[in-house]
Amino acid sequence: MDSTIILDVRHLQQEFHINKELTIKAIDDVSFTIEKGKIFGLVGETGSGKSTIARTVMGIYPPTNGEVHFKGNMISNKKRFRDNKNYTRRNIQIIFQDSAAALNPRMTVAKIIAEPLKINNIVKGKKELEKKIDSLLLQVGLDSSFKSKYPDEISGGQRQRVAIARCIGMEPDLIIADEPIASLDISIQAQIVTLFQQLQREYGFTFLFIAHDLSIIRFISDTVGVMLHGKMMEMAPTKELFENPLHPYTKALLSAVPVPDPIYERNKEILLYDVASLPVDGDMIEVSPGHFVYQ
Amino acid sequence: MINKAILQLKNLSISFDTPNGEVEAVRNVNLSLQKGEILAIVGESGCGKTVLSQSVLKLLPKTSNIKNGQIFVEGEDITHYKEKKMRNLRGSVLSMVFQDPMTTLNPTIPIGKQITESILKHKRVSREEAKERAIEMLELVGIDDPIYRFNLQPHFFSGGMRQRCVLAIALASDPKILFADEPTTSLDVTVQAKILDLLLDIRDKTGISIVFISHDLGVVARIADKVAVMYAGKVVEMGTAEEVFYDPCHPYTWGLLGALPSSTIEGENLKSIQGMPPVMLDPPPGDAFAVRNEYALKIDYAEMPPMFQITQTHFAATWLLDERAPIVKPPISLKRR
Repeated sequence: MDSTIILDVRHLQQEFHINKELTIKAIDDVSFTIEKGKIFGLVGETGSGKSTIARTVMGIYPPTNGEVHFKGNMISNKKRFRDNKNYTRRNIQIIFQDSAAALNPRMTVAKIIAEPLKINNIVKGKKELEKKIDSLLLQVGLDSSFKSKYPDEISGGQRQRVAIARCIGMEPDLIIADEPIASLDISIQAQIVTLFQQLQREYGFTFLFIAHDLSIIRFISDTVGVMLHGKMMEMAPTKELFENPLHPYTKALLSAVPVPDPIYERNKEILLYDVASLPVDGDMIEVSPGHFVYQ
Repeated sequence: MINKAILQLKNLSISFDTPNGEVEAVRNVNLSLQKGEILAIVGESGCGKTVLSQSVLKLLPKTSNIKNGQIFVEGEDITHYKEKKMRNLRGSVLSMVFQDPMTTLNPTIPIGKQITESILKHKRVSREEAKERAIEMLELVGIDDPIYRFNLQPHFFSGGMRQRCVLAIALASDPKILFADEPTTSLDVTVQAKILDLLLDIRDKTGISIVFISHDLGVVARIADKVAVMYAGKVVEMGTAEEVFYDPCHPYTWGLLGALPSSTIEGENLKSIQGMPPVMLDPPPGDAFAVRNEYALKIDYAEMPPMFQITQTHFAATWLLDERAPIVKPPISLKRR
């Protein structure tokens, strides 16, 4: 296997059994790969299965079918996962949307960041730990005065920075960011997005970046996958996807993105996509190098 | 002007009493809204957008007080209206839609009943007539098969449909002014576009005036006739949508526009506004934005800039517009496309 491929998801299926009659197909035959140092953006509407993919890759849900390979190691297999549990858990980290819920309200910022460092024996001794926390805070743009603060004493943007600091402290190979900026103000969104880019550039982190905001995805990712009802509709390099969208759903989604230009906006026609016209047993077809469309 | 405006705020200041002292949430705001007009209020969280709109409906907690200024609705001064009089206004003249439809709706009561409730409160109609009207409203907001859905509880509906139901309640008793406080923030882009078009459509059909609160400038561009940009409780720039988007004059507006990925040139960094909005416990003597403003002048720290008039409808509060100020060009990425 190619060593530069960090994450390889093959024909992933995830079903949830609600009761005897009802089974929900949350992910239906999704395949994609992420190379080292790249940002893969995943977009789709609510309920399209984006977060389920994140959770399945994290190993929170065992997949119904299909394979998840992390650095050549098939982590979707229970036994293979167990053998490399500590390594895998440490090297895939996740950042959630709601930073207030992701951070323990009874722990100070320093304790929050220190916890995984201690558990994984990344630092030895108190002095080194303090130094590491300081440098991590610095990396995410906070100073050491935040160490003694509790999550409810700091703003949403700062909380998200703390969550990022906790995550990058593990020096993970893959960071899954599940709507990390959806609940933030625009100016703060810009700050956090800039931070992600800076981290990627300086430390070469690999991201699976999930968002419903296409303009952010366009800005940050190298490759984009568009999801609908658990299926991947279109997948292409960012530039190709935004300049030459082929699937009608992608076109509809792109037309709905608001643009800060009143005259253009008022005259813009928003395309609609009829979900009923979605073929049941389509396949991803490569129309041009790296550009896949569901047909 | 004064007679025509359906809503007018004059020098409105609102403050909150807190254990740490007085917080000025809204400072000296002047706004007017004409019939059938959509006014968008934009700004970061904590800049006073919501307080401003809630003050008109008098939904603010008891710790707040109107320190100064007046609120006129249809030419009448409602600044000191008591709760009893306000109740008659709410729903029938003033109405509000909030961000989260799930907390607005009662999860245990069918949608139809929640709509008829507001109709029965404000209009002298029989139950049957109210029901008819409610079904009509559901149709207006674009819900298919309203007769069947009339009896369903909110959890049967998707997020976008719930927001439509909330709109139906808000519009049920023919209000003159609708306050929409981030009504599309929690929705998907495709659903958001539909709700925005629905609001425009309702405006065209009923001639309602809308105060639209948002932090998304893209959304505002689609819907607004007039835009007011707020910062630290003050309106810092106000004008028609074209003026504010194509010829922004206040550095804060530049910052807001520049923070959007779509106005950034490929390969460049996002231009975020550094720092945080100030805490209004102890407002600085000068321009509250000065500390975050890379174009700040010395006078910005000492004295509050007045509203400079640029055109008939376009105003901005920044010393950069003073004739003594150096000429500063707004960042290139904001040029008209």
